[in-house]
Amino acid sequence: MKILAAIKQVPARDSHLRPDAAGRWIDEADLNFEINEPDAYALEEALQLKEKHGGEVVALCAGPARSQQTIREALAKGADRAIHIEEDNLAALDALGAAKLLAAAAKAESPDLILTGLQSDDMGYGQTGVIVAELLGLPHSTIIMSVEISAANIRVKRELEDGWFQHIEMPLPAVLTIQSGSNKLRYATLMGIKKARTKEIKRIASADLGGLPAATASIERVEAPRKTKQTQLFEGDAKSAAARLVEKLRFEARVL
Amino acid sequence: MKVLAVLEQQSGSWRRMSWETFAAAQEIAAAMGAELDVAVAGSGIANLAAEAAAKQASRVWAVEHSLLQDYTADGYTAAFEALIRQISPELTVFPHTYQTRDFAPKLATRFERVLISDAIAARAEGGAPIFTRQLFQGKLSAEMRPHGPGPHFASLQAGAWRADALKAGSAAVETFEPPLQASQIRQKPESPFRESARAVDLSAASKIVSVGRGIGEKEKIGIVEELARALGAELAASRPICDAGWLPMERQVGSSGQTVAPQLYVAVGISGAIQHLVGMKGSKTIVAINKDKDAPIFEAADYGIVGDLFEVVPAFVEEIAKSRS
Repeated sequence: MKILAAIKQVPARDSHLRPDAAGRWIDEADLNFEINEPDAYALEEALQLKEKHGGEVVALCAGPARSQQTIREALAKGADRAIHIEEDNLAALDALGAAKLLAAAAKAESPDLILTGLQSDDMGYGQTGVIVAELLGLPHSTIIMSVEISAANIRVKRELEDGWFQHIEMPLPAVLTIQSGSNKLRYATLMGIKKARTKEIKRIASADLGGLPAATASIERVEAPRKTKQTQLFEGDAKSAAARLVEKLRFEARVL
Repeated sequence: MKVLAVLEQQSGSWRRMSWETFAAAQEIAAAMGAELDVAVAGSGIANLAAEAAAKQASRVWAVEHSLLQDYTADGYTAAFEALIRQISPELTVFPHTYQTRDFAPKLATRFERVLISDAIAARAEGGAPIFTRQLFQGKLSAEMRPHGPGPHFASLQAGAWRADALKAGSAAVETFEPPLQASQIRQKPESPFRESARAVDLSAASKIVSVGRGIGEKEKIGIVEELARALGAELAASRPICDAGWLPMERQVGSSGQTVAPQLYVAVGISGAIQHLVGMKGSKTIVAINKDKDAPIFEAADYGIVGDLFEVVPAFVEEIAKSRS
């Protein structure tokens, strides 16, 4: 069974982010990048399915040269090989444009299963997997907690809201977006890191996948969120901040 | 010009967010100078359509088919594709629910368009809609503009519009039977279920102390528990804490857990990802304790302490005790 895990590199979770000078995206200077956390869970699910059913896990990533780091980490964790769609200006693409690049590269692989995270920590569109499925003509399901494979079918556990779940069956090949936290993430072993150096990374220029799709929607005016609420912030040492907070909770909010 | 609002029902009952989306669509349609239609899909939904028709809109479309009895991505996509091709709305809006996330991106792709997902505000410029949405888990926000002719698509965040702003009125009800075939629908859904009966009803608590990934390790949750005890509050958590098994799932607040609105909500080491905020932003007084002053939780908070929770929480407990002595 061939499983494609679509992963993305995003700014590290604790990054301090500022809009860039043009106000169209963020200033990426001095940022650290890491795998999009939901995609790490998709990769983990792919690796576990391979351990159970055999086959191959291929990591698929679109992004600039720095994405190599994230791809190497995926290989070190156990992906067999990787495809890197080289594209410097991912932020200019909308969800449809990014999905078109991924779908074009995925199509050539004819995978049995495509997994990706349920959303990205940067754009947060939450759509890539669903659009890839539609572009490839495959069935899909989203926010998946677990996957059972039997012959030509899969049965997945989908999360609904408010603590409800549902099982859904569909034929393979299929596309699933994986919920974060449903597995425990593995660390790369020293052996894995060593092996990763010799694994294949196929590089494809986005231009060779038909070029950059025109955006059907674009981001304008990136800014700090406007405050809708007046927040009283207490800084300084813990003791005096706590004392002022308790005072406010007693006499202003009157909840103590 | 027409705006279409897709409302959501489940087993014959409305999803509450549908009314927020309906109210938002009334506002957006007015700003665009467009008329408003609404639609609900299912099987045997005439009574729901009649209920929606008592609000201000031009038409309510009851999208009826036996194959829409249970939600499937393939079924809903095909049904709404057919409706949109017939009535050609310039803009279609959805509540940003898990169900919308499952099919609306697919639907938009059928029209070579993209869904502007999880919008928190909308305005119109020369009759064209522009949406505000969050980036980087709420750390930044951006305006997003759809290009070219419609149909355009957007989903609206829970709590971003108020359901009580919904205007009453009278709309015509029309039934739309989409041409669906069983062979089109590849997903076979089973009945929804819950893992276990809920022993803790957080929605009834008047005070809640909630802990997030800032706590670092399970062994340290004790200090937050102590704060909950000092306040007479229920202990709750954000999703990563429950995923890690540090607290049971039934104590999770957020879109996949419980929605709460206590008198006092204290968020400890919670950054405030939107999935958490939608579950607690209706709380009367919100206190946030976090080391990152840019954390989105401070946007939602009435009071905040920027600092190391391992120093702040014990100091908070001490001050509460002092205030009572």
